[in-house]
Amino acid sequence: MAETAREQATAPLEAPTAAPRRWREVGQAIGAAAFLLLLLLYNVIFNADAFLSLQALRLNLTQVATIVIVGVGITLVIATGGIDLSVGSLMAISGAMAPLIFLSDWPLLSTPFIGGTLAYIIPISVAGLFGLFNGWLITAFGLQPIIATLVLFVAGRGIAQVITDGRLQSFREPDWQFVGLGRIAGIPFQAILMIAVVALAGWALRSTSFGRYILAIGGNEAAARLAGVPVKRVKLAVYAISGLLAGLAGLIVIAINSSSDANQVGLNMELDAIAAVAVGGTSLMGGKATVVGTLIGALIIQLIRFTLLTQGVSDSVARIVTAAAIIIGVLAQRRRAS
Amino acid sequence: MANPAVTPAPLLRMEGITKSFAGVQALDNANLVVHPAEIHAVVGQNGAGKSTLVKILNGAYRRDAGAIILDGVPVDFRTPQEAVASGVSTIYQEINLVPYRSVAENIFLGREPRRFGFINWPQINRQAREILARFDINIDVTQPLMTLNVALQQMVAIARAVSFRSRLVIMDEPTSSLDEREVATLFGVINDLKADGTSVIFITHRLDELYAVCDRVTIMRDGKSVGDQEMSEITKLELVARMLGRELGEIRRSGQTGFTEKQRPIGEPLLAANDLKRGRALQDADLRVSEGEVVGLAGLLGSGRTEVARAVFGADKIDSGEIAFRGRNEPFNSPAEAIAAGIGLCTEDRQAEGIIPQMSVRENLTLAALPVLTRHGIVDTARQREIVDRFIKRLAIRTSGPDQPIRELSGGNQQKVLLARWLCLNPKLLILDEPTRGIDVGAKAEIQSLIDELARTGLGVLMISSELEELIEGGDRVVVMREGRTVAELSRQDATQDAIIGAMVHEDKTVRDEDGVEAPAAT
Repeated sequence: MAETAREQATAPLEAPTAAPRRWREVGQAIGAAAFLLLLLLYNVIFNADAFLSLQALRLNLTQVATIVIVGVGITLVIATGGIDLSVGSLMAISGAMAPLIFLSDWPLLSTPFIGGTLAYIIPISVAGLFGLFNGWLITAFGLQPIIATLVLFVAGRGIAQVITDGRLQSFREPDWQFVGLGRIAGIPFQAILMIAVVALAGWALRSTSFGRYILAIGGNEAAARLAGVPVKRVKLAVYAISGLLAGLAGLIVIAINSSSDANQVGLNMELDAIAAVAVGGTSLMGGKATVVGTLIGALIIQLIRFTLLTQGVSDSVARIVTAAAIIIGVLAQRRRAS
Repeated sequence: MANPAVTPAPLLRMEGITKSFAGVQALDNANLVVHPAEIHAVVGQNGAGKSTLVKILNGAYRRDAGAIILDGVPVDFRTPQEAVASGVSTIYQEINLVPYRSVAENIFLGREPRRFGFINWPQINRQAREILARFDINIDVTQPLMTLNVALQQMVAIARAVSFRSRLVIMDEPTSSLDEREVATLFGVINDLKADGTSVIFITHRLDELYAVCDRVTIMRDGKSVGDQEMSEITKLELVARMLGRELGEIRRSGQTGFTEKQRPIGEPLLAANDLKRGRALQDADLRVSEGEVVGLAGLLGSGRTEVARAVFGADKIDSGEIAFRGRNEPFNSPAEAIAAGIGLCTEDRQAEGIIPQMSVRENLTLAALPVLTRHGIVDTARQREIVDRFIKRLAIRTSGPDQPIRELSGGNQQKVLLARWLCLNPKLLILDEPTRGIDVGAKAEIQSLIDELARTGLGVLMISSELEELIEGGDRVVVMREGRTVAELSRQDATQDAIIGAMVHEDKTVRDEDGVEAPAAT
């Protein structure tokens, strides 16, 4: 008697809703990738002159690499239900510190190997510590992430300017600049770094308890805490990772430019990266995240801009079209959520 | 409804109100009749539909069926603003005002008196002071609302609602953040309103407040209105019995639950909690659970029963008291610590504090077990799948597969997944807060017999429930809480419906079973 009542209550409810919803999700996951493929095809067929050259390929990869590297960090932060506005300023800080170290006259630092190595380790670590500071503001005082990271968004660039006295630092250190100018088998080194970061983060999100905790916190923080998830530690780690990746991206940018300008490095990066995350299909409410999606999202935005610019469309119009792409991506998100 | 011949024309008639949310029936043919200048209480357990009913009245929700007649005219408010314009205003438990604006601005928000198109500040501030003076509140009305304490903010919200010249003021648990003196002030205002001819719908779970201020009461249960009576004609005991769906003295029919009523072998003591105190919620709670024992925990809303569970589990810090668990003599600092020691907690609100809706059955089931399933930070998916498959079979969880999102499961199956979240860790003590609420009959019996079976294998269970049969048939002992205190501990033999209800509402601290019905103090 109870058996039949339950069968009637549950069976017909679940069966019909589950299948179409699953298909829609699959469709949307493929959707972004398919759109990227379409963009690529369009360029190969109609824009071959501009697109199908090694130089253009490298240009596109170079421009997208830093956005993706920063975007991966922000993806993890957003997956917990947070946001990180400080990444652009953290890039400026790390970009400001590195030349001070490898251009230093100190006996120890003037050895290229030691100075060069420390010029990677220290700026990235400092950026990571600032990220940890973001996490501390959020976990210890319950500040909203947008406010907590706004602190360093504003102060970070100031710190970078203070470090460098507001001066532009130019340099020529080919070995050190490998991170921005080097190639392996013809592929820009930062593109390889980008793929490595995406692969590592994607694997961590899927296969480690840390990754599952991130998504659990974003999905339902109260429930996660009551299930024993170390909410504070995971949040601290996520903001620290976002800081570390921003620090790395800052170094790539100054290596490409052969100069470091605290006013310019990482400017508006937080917005580009968040746009890539949104277009890529990560829920801005948290609990659902894809780093591969962020890669695809960044590539889509990059390719739209590239296509329009090489077709002679003005930069201002290209911006408007890019914005439209972001809106479409986010609307697709909301349809899935509801 | 009541005989219309004897009663004067009512101010409000809500008839046959029906409402469901995503297939869940929140209101089922509910009625509410409020007369002019009447203070009308609406009472019921959590989820009985009180808040839904008033939200349908004030336009926050749309009804599926039924009629609302205000002053003889059918109305259909689409927004709370429309309701306010027709003289129906609402004060919610949580304060929905603008914390950064001044007290006066908040009182006049959206209807600021203007002069030449500009806001007339002197007038706003003067009128705000006058309104607040009715509440004996003399504060600087130009200071931001956020600088006031919560109780004062609540009073401002009430002042705002009252200042609309409403015919009907709805108060949804307005006293939960007020202290006794402030509650007395509020009651004064409510009586003033009544004297002016305004009616009040008063939702509270504090019985004393009902008797202190209300004229009539509508009792709700499971989305239905199950009683509409003069306050003076119903005793506290009867009121609570009606809320719980019982008749006083009704002979219990056994076998309504999945529990078998045989005595279980009780083992070593597991948990001993003494003199737990936490703010106003927990004033003095004691609790003991042994291996293989099911302890039922009874109490009305706000009695502290959920709070005591959260305190034991390390989810909330206690102000003072002792918690001993299996030889450990200090309270847990976090749920993670309690879980590591062998405790699991299934929360009352599965949606808000239980499931991770975006995640699959598999992820939800193994969330607490991840530390065990992880090696060097990497989840052992083979073992994870093996555990999930085993528990899906063992608890007969109805799902299309371990990767189905948990939000697509029925309530009963979600609850089974959450139970499995703990059972796969082999806990020593399981705390279940309303384990069968909102679950269909079949799954309910299954979960109850599972609890029974688990206790037989030596698991200690603390089972919070509003369902008396569940407590009586399932519990080896029943502990009753009231106002943050444990007020009675009844053995299996003594745990009758009358005894439990009696302890839930009694004024006396020492409760004896046959102490019987006491006339309510209608002050």
